[in-house]
Amino acid sequence: MSGSQIQFHMAVRYESQTRDPLVIGDKDYHQITEDIVRPIEANPSRLWWVGFLISVGLLCFGIFAVYEEVVYGTGQWNLNKTVGWGWDITNFVWWVGIGHAGTLISAILLLFRQGWRTGVNRAAEAMTIFAVMCAGQFPIFHMGRVWMAFFVLPYPNTRGPLWSNFNSPLLWDVFAISTYFTVSLLFWYSGLLPDLATVRDRAKLKWRKLMYGVLSFGWSGSTKHWQRHEALSLVLAGLSTPLVLSVHTIVSFDFATSVIPGWHTTIFPPYFVAGAVFSGFAMVQSLLIITRRVLGLQEYITINHIDVMNKIIVLTGSIVGVAYLTELFIAWYGQNGYESYAFFHNRADIFSPYGWSYYLMMGCNVLSPQIFWFKKMRRNITVTFFMSVIVNVGMWFERFVIIVTSIYRDYLPSSWSTYYSPTIWEVGFYLGTFGLFFTCFFLFAKFFPVIAVAEIKHILKKSGENYKAKMGHEETESAEAFYAEAQGAHH
Amino acid sequence: MGVKRFAVGCFDNEDVLFPAVKKVRKAGYKIHDVYTPMPIHGLDAAMGLRDTSLHTAGFIYGISGTTTALTCISWVFTIDWPLNIGGKPHFALPAWIPITFELTVLFSAVGMVLTFCYLCQLAPFVKKHHFHPRATDDLFVMVVELTPKSNESEVIGFLQNAGAIETKIEEAETGWWLGRYDKDKRPFESPNVISVQ
Repeated sequence: MSGSQIQFHMAVRYESQTRDPLVIGDKDYHQITEDIVRPIEANPSRLWWVGFLISVGLLCFGIFAVYEEVVYGTGQWNLNKTVGWGWDITNFVWWVGIGHAGTLISAILLLFRQGWRTGVNRAAEAMTIFAVMCAGQFPIFHMGRVWMAFFVLPYPNTRGPLWSNFNSPLLWDVFAISTYFTVSLLFWYSGLLPDLATVRDRAKLKWRKLMYGVLSFGWSGSTKHWQRHEALSLVLAGLSTPLVLSVHTIVSFDFATSVIPGWHTTIFPPYFVAGAVFSGFAMVQSLLIITRRVLGLQEYITINHIDVMNKIIVLTGSIVGVAYLTELFIAWYGQNGYESYAFFHNRADIFSPYGWSYYLMMGCNVLSPQIFWFKKMRRNITVTFFMSVIVNVGMWFERFVIIVTSIYRDYLPSSWSTYYSPTIWEVGFYLGTFGLFFTCFFLFAKFFPVIAVAEIKHILKKSGENYKAKMGHEETESAEAFYAEAQGAHH
Repeated sequence: MGVKRFAVGCFDNEDVLFPAVKKVRKAGYKIHDVYTPMPIHGLDAAMGLRDTSLHTAGFIYGISGTTTALTCISWVFTIDWPLNIGGKPHFALPAWIPITFELTVLFSAVGMVLTFCYLCQLAPFVKKHHFHPRATDDLFVMVVELTPKSNESEVIGFLQNAGAIETKIEEAETGWWLGRYDKDKRPFESPNVISVQ
């Protein structure tokens, strides 16, 4: 080989020094494998066991709460004549919203060629899948007679055949959520194959070889396979981009196509999507701040990654804020008596029964993220963690406000007296999904590489700190000299 | 698929690998494959591989999803059981857009992943020969196919000259078979290394 040719290859990878490095420290390919795979080869720490057992405990409580509901019906949840959708659908929308960040990071940021996604995409996608799993439980068990759940599936049946209503947003939801789950799972797992092969090939124990051998599908790293893998990732990203936008749009149709004051709003689709991205990134922050610390991955999920995600949080939080104010303005401007009553009496009136939840939502989602206009705050781990929890509390209340304040006072004032509050079984179901989510996440963090190893290797020589440092001199060179050098190397 | 002999050259730098691939091809040797720990853009072109048609397959799966959704829903709602929903039209195309879109994406994604697994022959319990355990860690492993007429030491020498840090001759079956990786030899041990530069 010739030295100039190597120089040429290094030169075409040049990235500006003004961009922060994405991988910190003096790394090479083997070091990356070591850093990311070692935590899953070591025995789990005491902290892991504590967290895992708490999650399993919550999951068991959730299963018991669901058992109570299945046996005695949705009356167990304090749902009543006007509040037919309470905590359950609130939780459903909340979890689905959280499930949006993963695909956004892995698909949309892939299409936009955002290098920083490589540090966080694997964990965010896993989070997406677990969140959608949790979300799916709520509408299924809200059916009441859950053993009839298969009625939503359109198949030639002996009941007519009576088909499901393809014009109903609730059926669109069935298709949207199941498609989203399937595609996210395929995207995530196809990306995992090469990394599982990495774990397999360095495994020293027999059971690890066996397990990762089965899980990695016999991946070998052949160039042809990589070529197809790249094509697959790109097309899946292209498919997931409109998909992720469609899913929360369709969830918003559940409300927007109805004629309930407070739901019957054309602004819902973009407003829901922005809110979903907002809460999803907040959940990614909560999880990754802990994960990077516990697994010692601060050099791959850098403060820079956290900074970038906080920028997205302040952007989407502000979009959500504009949506809230637009809604309020239209309720006044539209001069529809029912609409303005829902907004100005059931929500914005702080002395109304649920007025407090409206202001909690406004405070958490619109005001508090504005702190991220300051760089110092965006790069502060404690503030970020605290804010990520606040945002998710706020986003839960957003869904609660939308659902409950719109239906607790219906068109018949005699049914207004009922104040809806959840029972222990309804809360237990919610806690149970936390158990499910964190049980899955703890297992994921223990057995799977939480960072996409191959993708980090791919960006190392462009965005790694040590490689960037070596490129510094390129900036002082003139373009002509660079061109001449590249030409010389090429011939 | 019979057992063949291969010359294996391991490179630790893709910037060395690229010129080496060109050199080896120019010298008339047949590159069986290059195994890399991550995707190397342009390597497929350098090796003379044709572009994949997986995108086209994805498009075909996608439009078959669109067609399935539209034909099924319109048949159900206009012919099989025209249900009166609030007096609205039976053929309610705008209301079918969401499901049609979802099925397009679903068919395309599932079809592409299955096609990908089929083309690459990937599945649980599939086992393939590994020329070097570090090919999924930090080495770029170029495998050159040998014929009975090949001068093995010449090929090895050529690879070393091109920048390979580790070379060896290996006999291998290159297809796949059902098997498990726990029967493999211990990792990071390659007893038949000929030379380390």
